[in-house]
Amino acid sequence: MSRSYTPGLKILAQTKIIKKRQLPMKGTVHLKIGDIVKPDEVVASTEIPGNVQMVNVANQLNVEPENVPECMLVELDESISKGQIIAESKGIFGLFKSQLKSPIDGTLANVSEITGQAILSEPPIPVAVDAYTSGKITEIEDQEGVTIETEGVLVQGILGIGGENRGILEVVTTSPNDELTAEMIQEKHKGKVIVGGSFLTKDTFEHARKIGVAGIVSGGFDYTDLSKILGYSLGVAITGSENIGPSLIITEGFGKIGMAERTYELLSANAGKFAAINGSTQIRAGVIRPEIIIPSERENGEIRDYEEADLAITEGSLIRVIRAPYFGRVGKVKSLPPELAKMESETMVRVAEIEFEDGTIEIIPRANLEMILT
Amino acid sequence: MDNKINTEDIKVILATDCGSTTTKAILIQFVDGAYRLTHRGEAPTTVEAPFEDVTRGVLNAIMELEELSGRKILNDESIISPTQDESGVDIYISTSSAGGGLQMMVGGVVKSMTGESAQRAALGAGAIVMDVLASNDGRLYHEKVQRIRQLRPDMILLSGGIDGGTVTHVVELAEVLEAANPKPRLGINYKLPVIYAGNNKAAEPVRKRLGEITDLITVANIRPTLEEENLQPSRDKIHDLFMEHVMAQAPGYKKLMSWTDVPIMPTPGAVGEIIKKIAETEKIEVVGVDIGGATTDVFSVFQGQFNRTVSANLGMSYSVCNVLAESGFNNVARWVPFDMDETDLTNRIGNKMIRPTTIPQSLEALIIEQAIAREALRLSFEQHKEFAVQLKGVQTERTISDAFEQTSSGETLVNLMDLDMLVGSGGVLSHAPRRHQAARMLIDAFLPEGITQIAVDSIFMMPQLGILSTIHPKAAVEVFEKDCLIRLGTCIAPVGKAKSDQVMLDYEFIFPDERIGGELMFGDLKLIPAQFEPVRVRLTPGKGLDIGAGKNEVLETKVFGGVVGIILDGRGRQPFTLTDDTDFRVQSLMKWSEETNEYPQLEAA
Repeated sequence: MSRSYTPGLKILAQTKIIKKRQLPMKGTVHLKIGDIVKPDEVVASTEIPGNVQMVNVANQLNVEPENVPECMLVELDESISKGQIIAESKGIFGLFKSQLKSPIDGTLANVSEITGQAILSEPPIPVAVDAYTSGKITEIEDQEGVTIETEGVLVQGILGIGGENRGILEVVTTSPNDELTAEMIQEKHKGKVIVGGSFLTKDTFEHARKIGVAGIVSGGFDYTDLSKILGYSLGVAITGSENIGPSLIITEGFGKIGMAERTYELLSANAGKFAAINGSTQIRAGVIRPEIIIPSERENGEIRDYEEADLAITEGSLIRVIRAPYFGRVGKVKSLPPELAKMESETMVRVAEIEFEDGTIEIIPRANLEMILT
Repeated sequence: MDNKINTEDIKVILATDCGSTTTKAILIQFVDGAYRLTHRGEAPTTVEAPFEDVTRGVLNAIMELEELSGRKILNDESIISPTQDESGVDIYISTSSAGGGLQMMVGGVVKSMTGESAQRAALGAGAIVMDVLASNDGRLYHEKVQRIRQLRPDMILLSGGIDGGTVTHVVELAEVLEAANPKPRLGINYKLPVIYAGNNKAAEPVRKRLGEITDLITVANIRPTLEEENLQPSRDKIHDLFMEHVMAQAPGYKKLMSWTDVPIMPTPGAVGEIIKKIAETEKIEVVGVDIGGATTDVFSVFQGQFNRTVSANLGMSYSVCNVLAESGFNNVARWVPFDMDETDLTNRIGNKMIRPTTIPQSLEALIIEQAIAREALRLSFEQHKEFAVQLKGVQTERTISDAFEQTSSGETLVNLMDLDMLVGSGGVLSHAPRRHQAARMLIDAFLPEGITQIAVDSIFMMPQLGILSTIHPKAAVEVFEKDCLIRLGTCIAPVGKAKSDQVMLDYEFIFPDERIGGELMFGDLKLIPAQFEPVRVRLTPGKGLDIGAGKNEVLETKVFGGVVGIILDGRGRQPFTLTDDTDFRVQSLMKWSEETNEYPQLEAA
């Protein structure tokens, strides 16, 4: 039987979830293998170098660069405070001395006899990485981070903005095809992750932001609205560092598109539970999709994950079309003809014969299909 | 690895290119007195999880070659070399852009001088330049430090100053690097490679600052004098370090490196090699473009000078939304012969970005993609023209200037009237359902002037041929000519200001069995079917126009047809404008499309 591999987003009711939590640079890991963690618990921390300021000592003291080191009143790596006199010229016969005050609190990092500059470093900035999800520490990378394993729901979206957020999950529309409107979002949704249906507008998003919603999951969103929220056009889908309030996860794509029923049902079935979400997306080699994780309260042993073979479309597979003209429609693979077929665009492609839910049959390029994993 | 390869002994060549998504293998054999591409295979690249070993994808692609060719190449998981009877290969070479390619930062004292030279060296070596640091780039010190920390490049090339010049500024840049204490993108446990290619007098103070905290290597100054640019030592060092440091961090590359007979090259660096080789052997001025999903590379050789630019965020899938953002809705819409709603168009393009592997099923979707391609190509070429310039900062009294007719410094080298050949590559061009569409996209985006041959790379094997050209130029050029290039034909476009009812060109083509002649009016696009054979032609430009021999001068020459033919373009150059009148524009687009056999049943779309 013919097979065809397609990209598929994971929509899993009970799976093993493995999360690496890493520091941006070496530091201290606070836990050990086997420790049970809660989402807010700090697993590792470090200090990243503080901002630096360069001060042109030679200019300010009116001395030659090679004379700067002897004018310095503090040693390298010595602490300095704002306003402290850190350099002084010799003056003429001890008179008319020029002085230089430190513009910052920090340390003296370097002095150059060639450029006549001093580099002052602000105090280091502490950085802490939390667990993000509850679970068990299964691996420690010395001074770098930990690996946490848990079980639970894993739903991947197609695109997100905003980084990590968390809260209790609540479904606020009545069907996957409803639009999420501002009226549906109330004070009680503050700090929660809310699930909509097919669409929301920029105004609805702004309303959710005002309320203080932690995250929004929707089927579709307009690209132009996304540009307005970000303040720029998203040129490449590499996101996660935006500071926009709630994290926004789109499950289907741009436009008004009903959320896949399976996704909607799975999220509905888990309403009221804690969810950790991350809008970070990277659509490049090494793809990262946004995610919603709902860790199980306890392990129940029935893990379902998918392997490469599960992503193979075969006759009878349930699929969704991911490009116009049949974008969003769900159907079953009737056959996978081996020969290339000519599309209306005259492109010669590998195709699948798809029977849609209404019984109509169409020929669709295999590249435009997405497997629905059940 | 053996760098002393006897080209006489090479009869069977295996070459792979490990791209971000696909690993492509080609088999070249010496058949009937010439090197020819005989087979090609491909497989998904396996740098990422779950495989995390690039050699898996390479082996899979080679196995496909074995199946197709019937030639045994692998013995278990090793390449049989040299050939033994009907099995094995004589040489195995590879290029790579997997894992995001080579990402560099460069530094120079003056942004438009040493900064630009450093950028040229890095780009020519196949890198993506993430940022150019310069003493005069307008940023404060702490902003530069923050930027370096944030970007985490694979490598830094630091230049600045002419030999024996002042050391202060370049040392200042070294101090910025020292303060940033940069960490490489891949691997937390190794030192960042920094190449110093600046004022030789400053090498020691730079070493004092960076010798401990980075892996510092000093090479010859990139700009030893104002009149001279010496890029090769830096480029060679970038290639070495790319292999030793960057690629060695990527999964499976150490193994792959042990298989290849010459060091692996970054893919765009290899494409540059083949473009240079073609310009050199055919003595022509050439522009090559490779439009990919994320980036568009433009290569050119004018006046013997090679230049490469990467438009890092102009591509057809991953960065397609950026093309829209940079060109604007109207510039994309002007190539589309029907009305479009802006929200609908932006959502469609957004969906292509988030589902980059989908393909246009409807004609409408194809037309929109090709409209975006025109803008991506146009913008990339604009960037290239701005970058491919003569050396800046050169004193006008310099003695060598007369010999090269370089009247002032910093002028673009790109002269479209002198351009002999335009070569396109990348999915949207190579896989366009009709070759006519590829020709039209290239002409509309680059607006070649006078007489220009147009070609596309059939299956994107320029990277493999590029690395081959460094060890066996003859084989590389032969395969490039015979199997890689698809000659689309020639574009003939008069240049100069014209009136709407003006005759642009009088033409007469003398074919062996017939003569085709006529007048090309302003706004016309005509296709003359012709094979890839020399055709004599007499071209008389309209009043005040130039077809290559000078204003109002008649040109008699030979031109080549191709799978598309000869396209006479009377739409004007300098200026070329598309009318703002939507109805007239749509009408014109439909007429041009029909005349050049571009799309089927356009009315339906």
